[in-house]
Amino acid sequence: MSAVAVVVFPGSNCEHDVVRALRGLGGDARLVWHGDESLGDASAVVLPGGFAHGDYLRPGAIARFSPIMAAVAEFAAHGGPVVGICNGFQVLTEAGLLPGALRRNTGLRFVCETVTCTVVSSRSVLTSGVAPGTRLALPINHGEGNFTCDPATLAELEGSGQVVLRYEGNPNGSVAAVAGVANAQGNVVGLMPHPERASAGLLGSDDGLVLLRSLLDSAADEALSSRARGAAAS
Amino acid sequence: MRVTTRRIAPEGAHRSLGLTDDEFGQIIGVLGRAPTDVELAMYSVMWSEHCSYKSSRVHLGRLPTTGAHVIVGPGENAGVVDVGDGVAVAVRIESHNHPSAIEPYQGAATGVGGILRDIFTMGARPIALMDPLFIGSLSDARSRYILDGVVRGISGYGNSVGVPTVGGQITFDDIYAGNPLVNVFCLGLMHVDHLVLGRATGVGNLAVLLGSRTGRDGIGGVSVLASAAFGETGADADAAKRPSVQVGDPYEEKRLIEACLQLLDEHLVVGIQDLGGAGLACATSETAARGGLGMDVDVTAVPRREPAMSAVEVMTSESQERMLAIVEPAALDRVVEVCSRWEVTATVVGRVGPCDADGVGRLRIRDGDGGEILAEVPAASLADDAPRYRRPLSPPADLAERRLRDPSLLDAPADCGADLLALLVDASWIYRQYDHQLFLNTVLGPGDGDAALLRCSSPGIEWTGKALAMSADANPGWCLVDPRLGTAATVAESALNVACTGARPIALVNCLNFGNPEHPEVMWQLSEAIDGMTEACEALAIPVVGGNVSLYNASEGRDIDPTPVVAVVGLLDRLQRRPPAISWRAGDTIVMLGRTVPSLGGSRWARALRAHVDGELAPLDLVAHARLVDLVASLVAAEAGADDAPGLVSGLHDVSDGGLAVALAELAVASGVGCAVRRVASHAELFAESPSRVLVATPRPEQLVAAAYAAGVEAAPVGVARGERLVVEGLVDLSLDEIADARRAHLEGAIEAPASGG
Repeated sequence: MSAVAVVVFPGSNCEHDVVRALRGLGGDARLVWHGDESLGDASAVVLPGGFAHGDYLRPGAIARFSPIMAAVAEFAAHGGPVVGICNGFQVLTEAGLLPGALRRNTGLRFVCETVTCTVVSSRSVLTSGVAPGTRLALPINHGEGNFTCDPATLAELEGSGQVVLRYEGNPNGSVAAVAGVANAQGNVVGLMPHPERASAGLLGSDDGLVLLRSLLDSAADEALSSRARGAAAS
Repeated sequence: MRVTTRRIAPEGAHRSLGLTDDEFGQIIGVLGRAPTDVELAMYSVMWSEHCSYKSSRVHLGRLPTTGAHVIVGPGENAGVVDVGDGVAVAVRIESHNHPSAIEPYQGAATGVGGILRDIFTMGARPIALMDPLFIGSLSDARSRYILDGVVRGISGYGNSVGVPTVGGQITFDDIYAGNPLVNVFCLGLMHVDHLVLGRATGVGNLAVLLGSRTGRDGIGGVSVLASAAFGETGADADAAKRPSVQVGDPYEEKRLIEACLQLLDEHLVVGIQDLGGAGLACATSETAARGGLGMDVDVTAVPRREPAMSAVEVMTSESQERMLAIVEPAALDRVVEVCSRWEVTATVVGRVGPCDADGVGRLRIRDGDGGEILAEVPAASLADDAPRYRRPLSPPADLAERRLRDPSLLDAPADCGADLLALLVDASWIYRQYDHQLFLNTVLGPGDGDAALLRCSSPGIEWTGKALAMSADANPGWCLVDPRLGTAATVAESALNVACTGARPIALVNCLNFGNPEHPEVMWQLSEAIDGMTEACEALAIPVVGGNVSLYNASEGRDIDPTPVVAVVGLLDRLQRRPPAISWRAGDTIVMLGRTVPSLGGSRWARALRAHVDGELAPLDLVAHARLVDLVASLVAAEAGADDAPGLVSGLHDVSDGGLAVALAELAVASGVGCAVRRVASHAELFAESPSRVLVATPRPEQLVAAAYAAGVEAAPVGVARGERLVVEGLVDLSLDEIADARRAHLEGAIEAPASGG
């Protein structure tokens, strides 16, 4: 069995929604406190949306120092699937687990609306089950989702399939309309849209389910390979 | 025990605290001596209009407050209503008008913070907010500044604290330029058996202060700020009230919510009360009075933000994000442990004590544990002995004359299309800045339907298929013309809005925003509004489970128009599909349920475009309205919840503010499909706001009309949805683009790129 650890920082607020959406797909998801030092036997990690530590100083700037983040970094270094949604994306960039940074939206206002995104690359734990070019209706909900990086980094990200999700239109001014990026290995992904909010027709869209299903598949793969690593080591 | 050493309040000090000489005399009567400075300060905030309802209380008793599902009615921090499955909703609405006028961002933000505490203090998790706003015209630079700040404040606080803002209402009118209204509604969800009340019971139990340290912000917020009109002593004097506005910290509140809900989950507190208006003075006296006991408070134990704060400042500060929990001594260690996990400070500041030998529970404020007594007052006297005024009331002298001035007699517009465009507003600029989706409950969010519709679930409460509808409504235009009928019509509209999502109304809360109660005409408006609300709530069987009164909404000697805001909550038993909402499909027939009375009295057309505020409202038949509410709720519930959707209703929208014309325009823009409407005789039929009407789009009009007649509701086809233009034969012919552009221009355009000048 593979479990997804959903990290709760003080100020997180989307953790229950992520658990609800993953369980709706038959996944095993549990909350992990930011002050813990271990992820237990988790096979994937989600850093959910919200305002960890009130977003004080800068979104993610304090959360990256939470005790659990050392375990998350180690888990990621071993290839474990890690997904940061919205504030979780901000935490991952602050922690250096993903390139770039998220600035205030152009227009300097918070934006909550459903936007259309295109899957650009399937080379990530979140998009492995989705064909490039697939269009998804996904809610965004942020004041600081304006992704930026230097031109060389952008070229590298584009060239290596690390840009995984792109906005149609550009609701926040992100460079190249980037909505989500992965690390070079594809096991760490950050995105501003909320796939868990597009998890039921009743809510207006269930387009987020293909992303969450990919994550659960990646978690299952991780559980298998972790068991294999354990067996090899013993 | 006698007070041996105390600082007697200086002569005349009560006046600067907002108390009259008579009220000061009453305090001396209660105490049997002159008050100390701390006592005087506590009475001044607790006996303020804002806290004591001294002008309105004699009228509020007329409202119907009982119903089969009501668990807690008015008087507690929030009303609580049973929705089945062991689950209840807690609801409340409040105003934060005066603070928002002085400091829009913090005023609105702390309004959100305060209402949330009222909900989670009952043991409920807040899951939805709504914000009715009333702002001056956006051609005025200050009103743009206020709207921008208020929206940023609600967005900044609400989003961060993690409670979605799912609806609201916006009204622009010059009458609010000097005194904007910012009301805030909150709904929470709880297990019925988690209900906790704000009572200090059990002699020897501890009073534990949770949350923020106490600072000098918000002192006198309820008295000098909220209970006096603006502008009588000049703009500088108003600006000088800015320190009376509190400053909010949503991150502190978020942790406080989680800590308190965990404390309540683990049954670690015997009572809990939020600190809002009047701060510690209010929380300690109210909990002690409700428990029928006394309380000793050590003012020096209160953690402070600033050095050298006096006891007066500590007791009356309105610093935000604080709660007072009543805890058994044995539970204290676990309480501190839970709080420290959430980084919430928990400090013992007092102890519940017995009544004195005379049977009176007294609140004693001490300088140190067991130290000198700084204040010693009967706890109940602060809350219950406040003066009650039966203030003189009288209708305006020229009422009869004004009612004869019928705006239906004004010249017809040369171009009804131009008038329609002038009445349109797209509020999406506002609600796009609010998180309206958190908790995965929002089925119909702002702009989607006539009411918000949410799945009935929250973290810790599984979804069982039910849904909650909520709608906040007001129409000061109607209420100025006729406060009684206007208020009844507002309640009727709110109930109909809820029905348009398939839900049946189960409860109502109100926020009564009025002018200066010392003006007899304002008191007459208030009394009439309460009567109108009573009539409508009784006829529609909706209990009033809570309310708030905000008076002294006036600036430069001019009272606001009567602005009673109501929020109706409805319950939909079974939600399987998204219900039809504000949209139609090409080819649908548009049927009007109800009948238009071509009267323009109180209409936005008359008021906003012709500056005409007289005449009479169209009559409201509450019995017929109840039939319409029932029919609409049944039709939509069948689409949303039956195993096979009948497909009889593809969309619907009630007809209210702006009349048929605005309702058609909103349906057309939302759908991207125009319409061709016939047999509208005149501009009066187009813009009339007569009550009890709904436009329904249907593929099977004969069946719909037959269902309506069977239910005793008039119904008639008025046109067809088709094309890319909104056409009302002989009156209006507009493209959807023109309509969309006008809607945007009147809010987003006005605020993001205002015309020069202003």
